[in-house]
Order: sequence, then structure tokens, then C-alpha cells
Amino acid sequence: MGEITTSLVDWSRGQFALTAMYHWLFVPLTLGLSMIMAICETIYYRTKNDLWLRITKFWITLFGVNFAIGVATGIILEFQFGTNWSNYSWFVGDIFGPPLAIEGILAFFLEAVFSAVMFFGWNRVSKGFHLLSTWMTGIGATLSALWILIANAWMQYPTGVTFNPQTVRNEMTDFFGVAASPVAINKFFHTVLSSWTLGAAFVICVCCWFLIKNKNIQLALKSIMVASIFGFFAMLLTLFTGDSTAKLVARVQPMKLAAMEGLYKGDTNQSIVAFGVLNSSKKYDNDEETFHFAIKLPDVLSWLAYGKADAFVAGIDDIIKGGYEAEDVNGNKYMMPSIDERIESGKTAIDALVGYRTAMAEGDNLLADKHKEVLLDNYHNYGYGYVTDVSQIIPPVSYTFYAFHLMVIFGFFFFILFIVIYFVLGRKKYQKPGGFNPKNKKWLMYIGMFSLPFAYIMSQCGWITSEMGRQPWTIQDILPTFISTSKLAVGTVQTTFFMFLILFTVLLVADIMIIARQIRKENVDETDNNEEAY
Amino acid sequence: MRVVMQIIDFYVQGFRSMTLGRTLWAIIIIKLIIMFAVLKVFFFRDYLKENAVSKEEYPEFVFKSINNNTSN
Repeated sequence: MGEITTSLVDWSRGQFALTAMYHWLFVPLTLGLSMIMAICETIYYRTKNDLWLRITKFWITLFGVNFAIGVATGIILEFQFGTNWSNYSWFVGDIFGPPLAIEGILAFFLEAVFSAVMFFGWNRVSKGFHLLSTWMTGIGATLSALWILIANAWMQYPTGVTFNPQTVRNEMTDFFGVAASPVAINKFFHTVLSSWTLGAAFVICVCCWFLIKNKNIQLALKSIMVASIFGFFAMLLTLFTGDSTAKLVARVQPMKLAAMEGLYKGDTNQSIVAFGVLNSSKKYDNDEETFHFAIKLPDVLSWLAYGKADAFVAGIDDIIKGGYEAEDVNGNKYMMPSIDERIESGKTAIDALVGYRTAMAEGDNLLADKHKEVLLDNYHNYGYGYVTDVSQIIPPVSYTFYAFHLMVIFGFFFFILFIVIYFVLGRKKYQKPGGFNPKNKKWLMYIGMFSLPFAYIMSQCGWITSEMGRQPWTIQDILPTFISTSKLAVGTVQTTFFMFLILFTVLLVADIMIIARQIRKENVDETDNNEEAY
Repeated sequence: MRVVMQIIDFYVQGFRSMTLGRTLWAIIIIKLIIMFAVLKVFFFRDYLKENAVSKEEYPEFVFKSINNNTSN
């Protein structure tokens, strides 16, 4: 067994990030396609048009491929908790247990039962029950995401728990405090809605390819109509939930917000960077310029974060120095302590934990109670007690900044794309005889087809912003990464890192190949070129 | 009992009629074997179970582990 080194921590983080990012290539498409196939089947149920049945079956097939190959890839993250992150795992265990158990029991069985009816039930159950099953499969997949996202949200905003110094664990004292925290609810909607956007982008990509190849024209046009409308509303709601996310991050994780904006010195009427190139030499303790080049929109960050153009938004330097008026999620004002004060408070908490355990071992319950009181009073700063240098609490600014800005840029890109795609390719009039000439609008078909990677980049950038921006914390302010890991040999983590890289790459290639094969062989309506009435 | 048989028949007939599904199930099974019979067994053992004497010792083990760390 080796000592915990930066290298071990970084490899463990890298392995977790690799696994999570590969897992997240499958999940958003599952969530997005599940809704689109359910909408298509609903239209079939209402119109009785067999073409909608074929369209539904086509998207269900692609959903099935992606679901089958992606399923259980997230379990590897749980393997890593127990092996690479044992300190964290023990420390947090009681919080993750119930949400993950509920996921296993409720969502998994919901998916397992109803997806079987969805795949096997054509002509064997009533149309209504089949439709219900398709919707329930999508809802089950979404509920699976809910519980995982609640667990993740708790790490960003640890609430509804009490630390037990006897067991060295956080114990859940308020289930709804954990499950219905504003961060959890917002994270769930923002993540799921953005996944719906990715599903819509996927459908548009496939359909634009059909149009370019001049095949399955009616399938493509009808699907584009559904996907562009669905994608537009999903993106619109994603933008709204993104706004509320910014407001929560400003209150719960101000350092993350500062990193997202590359903001070192905060101000009132704080501008937002619409586009910028960071100066990599800029550090919190030097006076270099933050940006080589930046286009800023005045007042916008203050407005986005606090709903007021003249609100003060803290930068990295301000957070380190403290002494400004901050606001919590309930709108209560408080004076932000400096990082040095938080480090002292954290050290007090650690000493109190040591004192508590020593007193308990010696049977001095009175002294133990006193230590416990001090510990709980300072517990919100516990993790800072392990910080030896202020630079440790600053997340990687460049990763966070660029990931955030790419996510936003692509978000607006898709918002516009869905509108343009709908009006140019998706309108009902094109689905009538003679209504659409596939030779027209090729430029847009190519844009629609080649936009899919941007949807994946946008989705991944969301997670990079969320997770890189909260470094160094595995549990915000409570547990830093560098004490969360197990004391493993670095080589062990490196070995499994590359094993996962190979395994997931093989799965991804299989996913792409099978989906591509299914798309190529799809031939719904050779004779339907504009002859199929809507 | 009849309902149970109908449900079983539903699944049996469903699995029998699969085409693409057979490939997908093969991938799922291979994946799960690699994950649970290889990765979990040989590479992802429970660190606490392997390094602490008993479950009762976990709190003390973790307590010492996080407080003895001086890296970074």
C-alpha cells in the first residue's frame, strides 16, 4: 500500500471522470430518445397512421441499442467508491444508500417490466397498454437519473444530515431535506431537460442523413417535426433551469461561479464574459490580467446570480479574503468569513473530533459531549481543516471557464437550430404530396447532421463545469478529494484506468456500429416520397 | 396461476422472437461478466473490508486514515 499522493488522487479522479463521462455518453441519449419515441407512439395512437407506428418502432430500436449497451456502465462508479474512495464512501455512505436503493427497487423494476412490454408487446397487449408501457419506460429511466442526481446534488450542497463522530459518518436526519433540496430539484430538471435536447439533436442528425440520402423521407420529416418542437421546448426549459442553477451556485458554491466566469475581483454591476481567452499566467496571488481578450456584457452576471443589476458578485480574491455580505439559498444574509478563518474553524472541528473520540475511549462522556458540541458548531468548515494552502481551494479555472462557456454557446446554438430546422424542414406542409423537395435545403441538412457532436460536447461540458468547478471538494466544504481516497498503489489505479478506457471504448464503438447499421438498413417507405399524407 | 403462465409465456415468446435483441443480450451478458466476475473480483475489492479487521473497526480506520494523511 502506498501513501496518498497527488498522483494517486489525480489518477483516482481521472478514472472516476473517465467512467462518468463515458457513462454520460449513453445516458442522455436514453433519456432523450425515450421521450421522443413515446411522443411518436402517442401520435400513432391518436392518428392510427401506420407510418407513425414504423417511426415509433424505428426510434424504439435505436433506444434499445443504446439502452442495452449503456446499461450498468454506471455501476463501475460504485465499484470505484468502495475501492478508490473508501474514506469518502464510509464518510458519506448513509446518504447514498437510500437514494440508490430506491433507484434499484423502483426505477429499475419500472424499466424492466415496462420495457419488456414495450419491446415484446406489439400485437400482444392493447395499443393503450403498449403506449403506457413506452411512457413508463421513459419515466423509469428518468427516475433512475433522479436518484443519482439527488446523491450528486447532496455532494454539492450537503443538507439534511447530522455528522456522527462515533461512526465518523454523515447520517440522514431529513430525507426530504436531501431529496427535495433546491440544488437536487434544479440539478434534476436541468440535467434531464438538457438530455432531452441531446435526444432531439440525435433524431435530427439521423433524419438529416436520411434526407441527404433521399430515403425514408416521410419518416425523416415527421421525426424532424417532433424532434425540433420537442428540442426547442427542452432547450428553452434548459435555459431557464440554467438560470436558476446560476442563482443557486452563487449562493452555495460561490467559488465555482467565480471559476466559471474567470472572475478574480468581484464587483457590483458585474459583467458576464460572453466570449474570452483566459491568460494562463493569471493566479489569485498575482496582478496579471485575467483575459488576453474578452467580450463582456455589463451587469449581466449580477442580474443572473442575484436578480439585481447592482448586486455584488464575489470573485476568487473576495472569497479568499471574505468580509463581504453573502446570501444563502433561503435569502438570509451573512458576512462571508475568510478562507483563513474557515481553515481555523476546520482545524477546530478536527481537533474536537479527535478530542471526542479520545474522551469516549476513556469513558469521559461529559468531555466527549463538549467536544461534540464544538465539532458540530464548526462542522460546516470541517474540510478546510485539511487545507494547507489557499491555492488548494481554487478549482481549475480554465477547465471550468471554458466548459461553462462552451455549454452556454452550444445551448444557444441548439435553441436557434431547432427553430430554423422546424421552419425549414419540420413543418406539416412539407409532409404533404409535393410539399418537400429533398434536393433543397441541403446546407441545413448538413448542419443538422454534423451538429450532433456539439450536443454531446454541450452535455459533457455541463458535467465538467459542475464537477471541476467544485474541486477540491468531494463533499462541498466538508471533505476534500485528497483525504477521500484509499491508500492504494498508484499503479493499481493506473491499470484499472486503462482497462476502463479499453472496455468503454469497445462498448462505445459497438454502440455506434450497431446504431449506424440499424439506421442504414432502415427502409420504411421506399415509395413514400411526398405521397404519404399526414 | 394462469396469469403467471401467461406472463412467463409473454417473456419466453418475446425472447424467442428477438433478432437484434440477441446481439444486444450477448453484449449485456459479456459486459456484466467482465464487470462482476473480473473487474469487481480482481480489481475492485472493498478496501475497508480488506484493510480493517472488522466492520466495527471501520470508523476508527477511516478516522485514522483521513487524519494521518499529510499529502498535498
